[in-house]
Amino acid sequence: MQLHGWGRFPGVTAELLEPPTRESIQKLFGTKKKHGPMIARGAGRSYGDSSLADTVLSSRFLDSFLEFNATTGIIKCGAGVSMGALLTVIIPEGFFAPVLPGTKFVSIGGAIAADIHGKNHHTDGSFCDHVRSFSLLLSSGEIIQCSRDENRDAFLATCGGMGLTGIIINATISLHKVSSVFIKRNSIVAKDLDDCMDLIDQNEDSKHSFAWLDCLARGKSLGRSILHLADHCADGPQQPKSRVSLSVPFGTPRFFLNRLSNKLFNNAIYEMWKHRKNPSIVNYDSYFFPLDNIRNWNRLYGSKGFLQYQFVMPSSSAREGIREILKIVSESSTGSFISVLKKFGNANQNLLSFPTAGYTLALDFKNEPSVFPLLSKLDEVLLAHGGRLYLAKDSRMSEDVFKAAYPNWERFVEIKKTLDPSNTFVSHQSMRLGLTQ
Amino acid sequence: MKILIIGATSAIAKASARLYAARKAQLFLIARNEELLIELKEDLMIRGAHSVAYYVLDLSNQKNHGEALEQARQSLEEIDIALLCHGSLPDQETCENDYNRAKEEINVNGLSIISLCTELSKVFKAQQSGVLAAITSVAGDRGRQPNFIYGAAKSMVSTYLQGLRGKLLAHKVHVIDIKPGLVDSPMTSKFDKGLLWSTPELVANRIVRGIDRKNHTVYVPGYWRIIMATVCLIPEFIFKRLKI
Repeated sequence: MQLHGWGRFPGVTAELLEPPTRESIQKLFGTKKKHGPMIARGAGRSYGDSSLADTVLSSRFLDSFLEFNATTGIIKCGAGVSMGALLTVIIPEGFFAPVLPGTKFVSIGGAIAADIHGKNHHTDGSFCDHVRSFSLLLSSGEIIQCSRDENRDAFLATCGGMGLTGIIINATISLHKVSSVFIKRNSIVAKDLDDCMDLIDQNEDSKHSFAWLDCLARGKSLGRSILHLADHCADGPQQPKSRVSLSVPFGTPRFFLNRLSNKLFNNAIYEMWKHRKNPSIVNYDSYFFPLDNIRNWNRLYGSKGFLQYQFVMPSSSAREGIREILKIVSESSTGSFISVLKKFGNANQNLLSFPTAGYTLALDFKNEPSVFPLLSKLDEVLLAHGGRLYLAKDSRMSEDVFKAAYPNWERFVEIKKTLDPSNTFVSHQSMRLGLTQ
Repeated sequence: MKILIIGATSAIAKASARLYAARKAQLFLIARNEELLIELKEDLMIRGAHSVAYYVLDLSNQKNHGEALEQARQSLEEIDIALLCHGSLPDQETCENDYNRAKEEINVNGLSIISLCTELSKVFKAQQSGVLAAITSVAGDRGRQPNFIYGAAKSMVSTYLQGLRGKLLAHKVHVIDIKPGLVDSPMTSKFDKGLLWSTPELVANRIVRGIDRKNHTVYVPGYWRIIMATVCLIPEFIFKRLKI
């Protein structure tokens, strides 16, 4: 069947396996192995080709909660459980997910494979920093337990390892205790990039922060942005109201998102936030998942889909580097519809995890021929400034750019060879990046 | 709320049980695989169920239906809702050429449900209350070439439920026929999925809503009512030539 990631590019023909139980997944491996190269897929929310291969194994039916200790806040669940389902279960007990991405529709398995980050990376690190252990099914059919103490190499390679070491079956996660799931938000206008980065640096105490950036602004207002700072309210109700959700039923025409509509949209957002009252109290859902109530918003980019370009640059070079990138983008014929800037805390020890101390900027581009040379140009600037791209959003990076930016790749390949000697776990992305043959 | 779910480890049943668990229901589950039942029990408890008990039973064997329901009745004391979810999707070709296979499939998808309904009717009549909901299929609305064995079994149940609904009316028992269209579940893993397919979660959502509203026949999603009405309008001399 036809499969693609969240960016709807690239699309591939693949055999999709959806085993209903853990046993039926295990039977696919070891001596009874019938399938060729394959990769696990959770909710299909990585943007590019990370979860695409000739055979794709879905974890959607591994969606059970296995253990929950409401005193210690430690929960064990199947890899296919979604972040949204997790929140529904833990919020009434006074807990919250330690790290939340921009959508609640990701799976726990995917969150580990991509070692996702949230708006609180500078204070709490990435998702895998809160994963105590997980069960990993190897291509031999054996299931091993991985944690920082047990099978440590497998743990460090699997966290952020894009599914290339095995199939994550279930995971045990430490939750955060929160006073309220309502969020106190302050939104500050920044007139340009320097202003924005100064404000970010000054407000590092704020738990959940990110800046929305108008990437079409040029000249003096290059990098004008709205910085959102948020903390949990001290008290208040634990149960939020449900939101109305809309849906994009089919791919919009190609011209729907163009330079003009982009400009209008970004101006409207900027003007809207300029006049908002501070602080405001909002539901966690609308703060963390602003796009989730427009189901299938990825269809807005038309049938050919879109590409996300998310990179991180070390603090020392980020100001200069990000300015250069914004300049190139704002002068190009295309533009990013939604651009988000945020500061990361320190990197962890996982071999292929994306976050590292510095600033990360996420840009999205409609898939059109002119985007590819533009992004290659950005790659050069990125490497020159010591930055790297996020694998969960990548669909086009070259092997050279990847290997230059992720120095631990050789160690990763060594560990993968011991865990997966038959080279069973392979994605289109891992082939492109030279991580597998 | 006390709920009995039969065929509890099927995708639709599981999703429905989770919705009731979130409402803090007391659940009693019946299914074939004990390991899966144990896992589901824990999952439902974490999702908020007040209590979960289960009984292991191969539902194709009618002999133990009475015993299983007696266990459920004792465990729950009173049954507010009984949801019948078990079934299988047979290979039409095989069944057409092998009567014994056809008989097995009709037994699982048709007769076993009638057997359970017979026993449940007694319980509900004694209680003078309750909701009996069974999952049939849009396939029962007209015999179509690609799956008329399955369709025949489901249509038998639908016809049975229509009659039973009237019989139980005097006893304040409500009967619901749930007719899902194409559902993307392990039962249909061999099919290529297109626009008309819905998820077990959506189907479960509509089942629970239908039970809340005391609907009679619930098509899931609702547009299947229109699709099937249209299919039923096609004159037979044309329909017999269609392979839909």
